[in-house]
Amino acid sequence: MEIKKTSLNKLHQINNAKFVEFAGYEMPIQYSKGIIEEHKFTRSNSGIFDVSHMGQLFIYGEKSLTEELEKIFPLDLKNLKQNCSKYSFLMNEDAGIYDDLIITKIKEGYLIILNAACKDQDFEILSNLLDSKFKMNLDNNRSLIAIQGPKSVEILNSIINGVDQLNFMTGNWFDSYNQKLFVTRSGYTGEDGFEISISNDKAEKFVENLIEKGAQLIGLGARDTLRMEAGLCLYGHELDINKTPVEANLRWAISKSRLSNGGFIGSKKIMNQMQDGASQIRVGIKPEGRLIAREKTKIFDDTDKQIGEITSGTFGPSVNGPIAMGYVDKEFSKVDTKILLEVRGKKHPANVCKLPFYKKNYVKGVN
Amino acid sequence: MSEVKFSKEHEWITLEGDVATIGITKHATEMLGDIVFAELPEKGLNVEKDGTAGVVESTKAASDVYTPVSGEVVDTNQAIVDDPSKINEDPEGSAWFFKLKMKDQSEMDSLMNKEEYDKFAKESAS
Repeated sequence: MEIKKTSLNKLHQINNAKFVEFAGYEMPIQYSKGIIEEHKFTRSNSGIFDVSHMGQLFIYGEKSLTEELEKIFPLDLKNLKQNCSKYSFLMNEDAGIYDDLIITKIKEGYLIILNAACKDQDFEILSNLLDSKFKMNLDNNRSLIAIQGPKSVEILNSIINGVDQLNFMTGNWFDSYNQKLFVTRSGYTGEDGFEISISNDKAEKFVENLIEKGAQLIGLGARDTLRMEAGLCLYGHELDINKTPVEANLRWAISKSRLSNGGFIGSKKIMNQMQDGASQIRVGIKPEGRLIAREKTKIFDDTDKQIGEITSGTFGPSVNGPIAMGYVDKEFSKVDTKILLEVRGKKHPANVCKLPFYKKNYVKGVN
Repeated sequence: MSEVKFSKEHEWITLEGDVATIGITKHATEMLGDIVFAELPEKGLNVEKDGTAGVVESTKAASDVYTPVSGEVVDTNQAIVDDPSKINEDPEGSAWFFKLKMKDQSEMDSLMNKEEYDKFAKESAS
């Protein structure tokens, strides 16, 4: 299959991107300054991320669509206000996760942002679950640009006036670049920021304007270290079809009102696990010293029994030390539990720790 | 000190008497990106030509460091373990990895000179 390119590909090249293939797309892993500089720039200034490979799924419909979607997602969509967003999951009957996503109620129906590697399958699953009267559009004509970091609000507001009035996890349509842009105040870095959905033909111009205002392009490498420091899950690592939201320690994302009656796909398993607890759970892990424990590193207790496995691990530039996440048996999931990580044949000490590693800086409300 | 020689695994080596100093090339650090972890062999260890003799890790991945010649480890550079970013700053100078007391200096003969290595690095990068 031919590698796909986003509408910013040329701009990435001009900015000396190193490319990798990610979910079938040629994406920038880093630019000339490197991952650590890019990471720190995002935390102190404003980073631009091309996330156009992600799926932008518009589903059109009114009240009956909300009812149908409540049979799929563990969310109280009836009480979700227009232009408000929720983090959620597409699950199977065993509450195994097909994908994690952000769903926003818009005037016309719903907008769901899906992971690049999962979007085609998600579309198929949802098409089969939903009545064909609800029109669905996995929109390839729109790019998705994230701008993250403390200076992002000022920079973006100087281009799209009014975005500073958005609360965290809300969005709206804005008139700019001779079109309607959909802007949400959200992101995946642990910083205040926005995601902008814009037509492909204007995406490059828009990003050039952001750069003129002082923001810089940031690659997927720094996106990964930023989300890890923020304790956020990445599909294919912390989340997959064999993990449930309860095991992933994401019970906060399940609407409380949906837990008494269930009625969503996977609800039985979720309700059981909420009551009895999951046998393994996702935790934060801090290796001692400078040791980096990567994905698939085995976790042991002090009797040499394997008790879990690392799902992501790196060096956290803002934490200035190694960080990791992984799954451990329930009885080892308490903060400050001592565990051992097997790296290159040797066992190294580490501690279960609180997430996030880096304190969030979100703007919760401006109004 | 001898002419700097280079290996296909992107190590550089110089020889002074029978003691070789070994590090990784600037080209290698550019391929790796920001280095955040370094592990060096123990002093006294005997290492074999082309065997592993350390590890470097960037934010992205771990890579083995190989020794281009055989010998006994007589010194290691603790400064790069304490601050691995030094490897990116001065890879072919102060950020050397380890020193070996060589057994067979003829092992140097098969290694590349600077011109050969630059050509090799350019070709292997593309």
